[in-house]
Amino acid sequence: MYQVSSHGSLNNALDEIYGSLPPEEKNALRDRIAGGIYSSAERIAGKVVSRKGKQINWDQKIDDVLTSRCLGIPVMLLLLGVVLWLTVTGANYPSQILASGLFRIEDILTGLFVQAGAPAWLHGLLVEGAYLSLAWVVSVMLPPMAIFFPLFTIMEDLGYLPRVAFNLDKFFRRAGAHGKQSLTMSMGFGCNAAGVISCRIIESPRERLIAVLTNSFIPCNGRFPTLIILSTLFMGGTVAASFRSAAASLVVVGLVLTGITVTLLVSRLLTKTLLRGEPSFFILELPPYRKPQVGRIIIRSVLDRTLFVLGRAVVVAVPAGALTWILANTFINDLSLLSHAAGFLDSFGWLLGMDGFILMAFILGLPANEIVLPILLMSYVSAGTMVEPESLAALHNILVVQNGWTWLTALSVMLFSLLHYPCGTTLLTIFKETRSLKWTLIALLMPLSVALLVTFTLTQAARLLGLA
Amino acid sequence: MALLNLACSKKSCRNRSVPQNQFLRLTVALAGNPNTGKSTVFNALTGLSQHTGNWPGKTVQRAEGNFYHRNKHFTLVDLPGTYSLFANSVDEQVARDYICFARPDVTVVVTDATCLERNLNLVLQVMEITPKVVVCLNLMDEAERKKICVDVELLSSELGVPVVATAARSGRCLDKLMDAIDDVASGRIKTSPRLVAYDSEIEQLVQKIELKISPLVPEGLNPRWVALRLLDGDRSIIDSLQRYLREGKNSSFHWGEERALCIR
Repeated sequence: MYQVSSHGSLNNALDEIYGSLPPEEKNALRDRIAGGIYSSAERIAGKVVSRKGKQINWDQKIDDVLTSRCLGIPVMLLLLGVVLWLTVTGANYPSQILASGLFRIEDILTGLFVQAGAPAWLHGLLVEGAYLSLAWVVSVMLPPMAIFFPLFTIMEDLGYLPRVAFNLDKFFRRAGAHGKQSLTMSMGFGCNAAGVISCRIIESPRERLIAVLTNSFIPCNGRFPTLIILSTLFMGGTVAASFRSAAASLVVVGLVLTGITVTLLVSRLLTKTLLRGEPSFFILELPPYRKPQVGRIIIRSVLDRTLFVLGRAVVVAVPAGALTWILANTFINDLSLLSHAAGFLDSFGWLLGMDGFILMAFILGLPANEIVLPILLMSYVSAGTMVEPESLAALHNILVVQNGWTWLTALSVMLFSLLHYPCGTTLLTIFKETRSLKWTLIALLMPLSVALLVTFTLTQAARLLGLA
Repeated sequence: MALLNLACSKKSCRNRSVPQNQFLRLTVALAGNPNTGKSTVFNALTGLSQHTGNWPGKTVQRAEGNFYHRNKHFTLVDLPGTYSLFANSVDEQVARDYICFARPDVTVVVTDATCLERNLNLVLQVMEITPKVVVCLNLMDEAERKKICVDVELLSSELGVPVVATAARSGRCLDKLMDAIDDVASGRIKTSPRLVAYDSEIEQLVQKIELKISPLVPEGLNPRWVALRLLDGDRSIIDSLQRYLREGKNSSFHWGEERALCIR
């Protein structure tokens, strides 16, 4: 009882005191209190800090270039291009080795099942379903991740991310969003869920929500491999062999730019409609450059990021692969469930430059975006009558020869992957951060409508102009 | 990365199952400006691998880990990096509420030796909440490279709390930091923080408010600090206090955890 009354009287006292101060006075007092702290800090620092001689400020000199008005953005794009080029070039060879190794294991597994006299459905479910999707995930995703993640982490460790934020800050302010959104957006390159959490650094709830809602327009580490592979397969094929990697990297850079542009446009739209308001002022600190701890980065980015993303992909891909197999092998009226569903979605997919299988893969890939491509390959393989693919070279064969992909299909898939809804983990994070079902739903539907709009317009325009 | 943080806290839960009764358990909060190597200190002390990165605002969640020193069990809590405790944003509020209401045995403020002045603002604010403060003067290697000298002894006497110069990346002097943490936690070192003296008008107001609220403020909270925040016009401290009185005694409740982003 004592406690209850004491709370009551404290509350009253607090409210009374708080209310007794006139509002103008409050602001002035706040400034004076902050001023008292700052001047104490200044006095103490002045006493204890001394500098020996003059030192050339290298950080400042580097920043003059990296964040300059005219060079900042070109340098940023160049760096991104180089990182992607290294990834594209480097991932090719290990992908081939992994694929042939993993598909050879599939043959061995099949042999074992046959020897043991296991029923065909069991073999189908476990080997052609679960194992095959696992093999696709590992061979398609692992090599680009194992190269891209350490490179990305090195840039992060160097202190380049805040420079990116600095370069993009003025665009965000022009879009009516918070400048720090450029930082949370950069975090999205690593993982959209992490990007959404990092939005906590934005003070104003309105601007924070804008940053949360638009974070998934930035391709995360889970989607980069899909973009890289598709652009290598399709866009690279149009130029001479020696320029293929460069062309593929350029396409991915273009996609990233598209993502950033859409982020800005949607932020602008949100500030004009649902989340009206003025951008608030903030100070962005450019931390000193630090020598990256390369050895540690490689270990950490492989152990933490690569294995983490891969692990998540595997956990989702195995049941999704089994499910795809069941869908592909349960027949109604001589047609599998998968074909029924794909057939149902087909005409809709065609409007968007894609097909029913692709849309099914995006739906099945909701829990983790990294499994979309593997699931798609799985469904193509299990729906068709083709022999097992021997290596990744067969990928082109599956997509182009057997399923009639054109450059438009590839571009639509890449754009859809870039713009469509965030993955399940990110949606869950958005729900946790906003505690609002409404905003979580908006975070799902708003990007989806953007993706539909963009792919529809692109496809119709291309067909109208007779380009595809 | 958010999910990695979860993985880390799982790991630290496992560590906690080490027989507890033979160790004295103490809680240490790790505060500091963004980008002062807080997470590096955290990793170096706990042996965990909280993701580190060179950009402000990397740690927005709380991470926990354990270490053992002089036969004592320390739980280290990595708070979000903030420039102040004025509770302008969620991460600042998380850090402030933790130091203020979870009442760690020691609060270590990690500072960047290359730009001490800005970092001292936070140190001074933390010292207003709790006297049990150790200042970790980190990035000494970088300061040496930039030919910046800091008089550690003088700083310590100016602040009235222990100051330990470290270079967490190479693990330099972290044992001294652990010694200092233990010394302050056990009371072997009595800290006497030299608090900021504000102008006379504010001091008078603070005294008046302090007098009024000190019989009412819950034990362990510094009435002077609460009075200052009221003068600040910081509405959020009233909310936090009320929440503390309502739920704080409930042991299942965790202070300094994220608050939802409330927009309807």
